[in-house]
This record gives sequence, C-alpha cells and structure tokens, in this order.
Amino acid sequence: MSTVAYITARGLFGRRRVLLLLPLPLLLVGLALICRAYDVDPDQWGQAVVVGLGLAVVLPVISLIVGTGVLGSEVDDGTIVHILTKPLARRDIILAKLMVAAGVSALTSAIPLFVAGVLADSVRFGLALVVGAVAGAIAYSALFLLLSLLTRRPVLLGLAYILVWEGLLGRFVSGTRVLSIEQYVITIADKIAPTGMLDGKVSVPVAIVMSVLFAIGGTIYAVNRLGSFSVAGETS
Amino acid sequence: MSTVELQNVSRWYGNVVAVNDISMTLQPGVTGLLGPNGAGKTTVLHMMAGFLAPSKGTVTIDGSPTWRNPGIYRELGLVAEREAVHGFLTAYEFVLACAKMQKLPDPAAATRRALELVEMTPAQDRRIDTFSKGMRQRTRVAASLVHEPRVLLLDEPFNGMDPRQRMHMMELLHRLGDQGHTILFSSHILEEVEQLSGLVQVIVAGRLAASGDYRRIRRLMTNRPHVFAVQSSDDRKLAVALIGEKSVSGIEIEATGLTVRASDYGSFTRALPRIALGEGIRLRKLLPSDESLESVFSYLLEA
Repeated sequence: MSTVAYITARGLFGRRRVLLLLPLPLLLVGLALICRAYDVDPDQWGQAVVVGLGLAVVLPVISLIVGTGVLGSEVDDGTIVHILTKPLARRDIILAKLMVAAGVSALTSAIPLFVAGVLADSVRFGLALVVGAVAGAIAYSALFLLLSLLTRRPVLLGLAYILVWEGLLGRFVSGTRVLSIEQYVITIADKIAPTGMLDGKVSVPVAIVMSVLFAIGGTIYAVNRLGSFSVAGETS
Repeated sequence: MSTVELQNVSRWYGNVVAVNDISMTLQPGVTGLLGPNGAGKTTVLHMMAGFLAPSKGTVTIDGSPTWRNPGIYRELGLVAEREAVHGFLTAYEFVLACAKMQKLPDPAAATRRALELVEMTPAQDRRIDTFSKGMRQRTRVAASLVHEPRVLLLDEPFNGMDPRQRMHMMELLHRLGDQGHTILFSSHILEEVEQLSGLVQVIVAGRLAASGDYRRIRRLMTNRPHVFAVQSSDDRKLAVALIGEKSVSGIEIEATGLTVRASDYGSFTRALPRIALGEGIRLRKLLPSDESLESVFSYLLEA
C-alpha cells in the first residue's frame, strides 16, 4: 500500500467522522431483519428498504462521507500541503485516495446491501446489489473526490447532488436520470438479478458507459485540478 | 548549490495586486524575507514553492519552473505558516511517511537523522496532537528536511516560539546555510532577524523595498528620524532649550504638548532628561510615536 493511501486510511479512521459510517448500514440491516422477523411480504418492504434506503441513501451518503473525507478534510485543514510537497505524480496521489475512498465506501455499503438483498429475495439478488454497490461506490467516490477540489463546500454540493438531482429531479424529470449514478446502480443490479423490486430507468449500456465515464472523467479532472492546486495567501 | 530566481514576478487576485514586479535571486546561505503583515511575503513564498502560479514573470529553481512541476520537491522543502499536521501520527511516523513519499533509499535512517537534527528524538513516539507549538514546528522542519533539500523555504517559522526555541531554530538554519543549503525564511518582526548576518529582502506593499546586507538595512532603520510626543510643566521653555540640541531636527508646539523630531534616537533620549533637569522643567510624558513597523518599513521604502 502506498504511503499516501496509508496516511489517508489512518486519517479516515483516526477521526471521529468514521462513526458516521455506522448508523446507516445498521439501520438498513435492522429494518430488513425486522421485516423478515415479522414475516412481512418482501413485495411490500423490499423496494422501500433496498432501493429507497439502501441505494438512494446508504450508498451515496456513505460515499459522500468517505469521498469528501479522504481529500476534502485535508484540503480544509491544510495537511494536504505535506503530501503535495513531495515529488509524487499527482495522478498517483488521486489514485491512492480514490482507491481508499472507493474501497471503504464499497465495503461499508455492499455488506448491508447484501444482507438486505438476501433477506428480501435471494443470494443472487444480494450479490447483484453488491456488484451494483461496488460500481456505484467507484463512480460516487470519483465524483466526490473531484468536488473536494472544485469547491470549498464539497459536502454541501454532494448532498445537493444526492437529494436534489438524484432524489427529487430524478423522480420527476426523466432527462436527469442519465446523469444519476443511483440509476446506473439500479439498472446494473437489475440486469444481474431481475426482480420486481428494481426498476431500472436507464438502459444497461448507458448505465455501464456512464459509470465508467463518471469514474474515469472525474479522476482525470481531479488529477488535473490537483496539479494546479493553489494555496491562497493567508494574511494573519 | 541551488539558486532560486524570481524574474519580474507579479501576482494579482482580481483587482488586487499582491506582488508587484519582484526580481530576486537567492543564493546558498540564509536569507530573510522581511515585511509587514499583508506585504506579500506568503504569496512570494507560495510562488517559490509551486503552490501559486505567478500572474506574470517566472519563478525557477536552478532553471526549472516551480509551478506544476512536482519534481522540484526533490530539491525543495517547505515549512508553511499553517501548522496543520497529521496529528494522529507520531512524529516518527509523520517524518517517516514524508521520507517514504520522497522515495528515499533508507527512509528510516533519514527519519532518525532529521529528528536528531531538530532535537525531537526523545519525543518521537508521541502523537503530534500532544505537542507544543514549538515541538510541532520542529517536527514540521524535520519533515521538510528529511530528504536534505538544497532549498528550504520557511513561512514565519518563529511564530509562537519562545526565545530559546527561536535561538535554537536560528542556529539550525545557520548551520544548514553554512553547509550550502539555500534557505529563505519570512518574518514580519525585525528583531527576529537580529542574529541574522546574511542577506535580507524587504517587501513592502508587494514591492521589493530593499535588498542586501542586513547590517546596512539595520543602519538605515536606526538612523531614521524619530518622532516623540513630549509633555512637560513648561512646553514652550522646553522647546527653546531643545532646539539648541544637535540631535533635534524639528519641534512643533501643539495644545497637547510638543512633537519633537530627532535625527538620532540615542543622543536625543540621553539629552532630554539632562536639558529638562538643567532648565528645572518637569517631564510628564515621553512617547516615541512612530515605532510601528509600518513606519519603519515605509521609511525603508523611501531610502
């Protein structure tokens, strides 16, 4: 593991912020367990829990917390300078951070999604959700990493993307779905394990091509932005 | 041997010009970058360190530009003013991580050497979170020295240090300068560079105001006219007596007292009580009124 990835991971788990990653997955698994325990028909709760909570909230919010945490917090407190004053290719710095962000987000959201998927339908459905979550985590992480370099308020902007763009506009304005990572995840998972719960609104090629575009485009842009990272002169 | 060169460098933010057409060359040895707050010292340092693109002109280290060129960090160390460090690491881990990111052949040995140099070895296994300001500063210096860069830039390195730490840091910088490193540190406090025998670059309002030997600049600063506000039991009588004194170059009589301009600080402050005593005048107030740094710097700007 590269030193940048090591410091990033230490920074992520060393802050209290990491505790924010716990409640959402627990809620997801808890709700699925309760529904299952009371023998509620999965047709009634599956979509609400797996899609409404799991894919629309848990996956993007976890990716947001982690994705902005690996770079945004370092930009915020200025510690990024210690990493930037090294003869490292900016590409390697971004890739290391992306690797940590995508890895942690994927793990944290795929496990509860898998459990919820198994409880709602089958192991195959659970695995489909895992694949979707991993693809989603990579695309989201690249996006939120880039946001950390584009704005001083990456969390706010990221939340706006999740809540307004994907949540609100995605429901009513069909055109916005082409730029919605949540929709790609739904489509990919639905393709692997078709059930009545997932209702993909974009085609499979669009989902795959756009996920890759988000991941690669975001990464390339982020590398470029980091290359011309400026520290504003502070006058104390 | 490394040379840092600024050629006609300007930097502006929108309509605000932070740095205005500065050219300077830094040679091996210790150089002080002096100037009042907001003069543009940090902007200059950031441009040297590759963290800011000059709006005009070029900033190079041994001929290679510093902007968008991570390779220069093999030869460059920066101690930024913001003392942000990865507080969750111990000093050893932090410096070791820097050594590894520099891709040094033996990072552990380099880390021990750097920590030794700043005398942080006894505390190296404590988390940086628990350090005092001075210890943190020394750890950061160790981190930027671990790869033995030929150029070291320090932004206000003495901020928040006590006199002993300050002296220690000054010694360290001198030692490195004598070894042939090119060292630049910024400061807004003139007294801080008292022990400095090297060169000084003075920046005022984004311009290079003076550049050269510290002693020459120091002399310029001590020989400038000083203004004092004086109040006494008989201002007019005192004014008459004072005007005969050689060190006094002008007196104004105002309702609130006298404003005395003296060409020499030392002889005036010695002469005043003697004259007052001789004339039987009681002094009520003596206040040097232009001791602010800005006036010192602006005087330099005129010189």
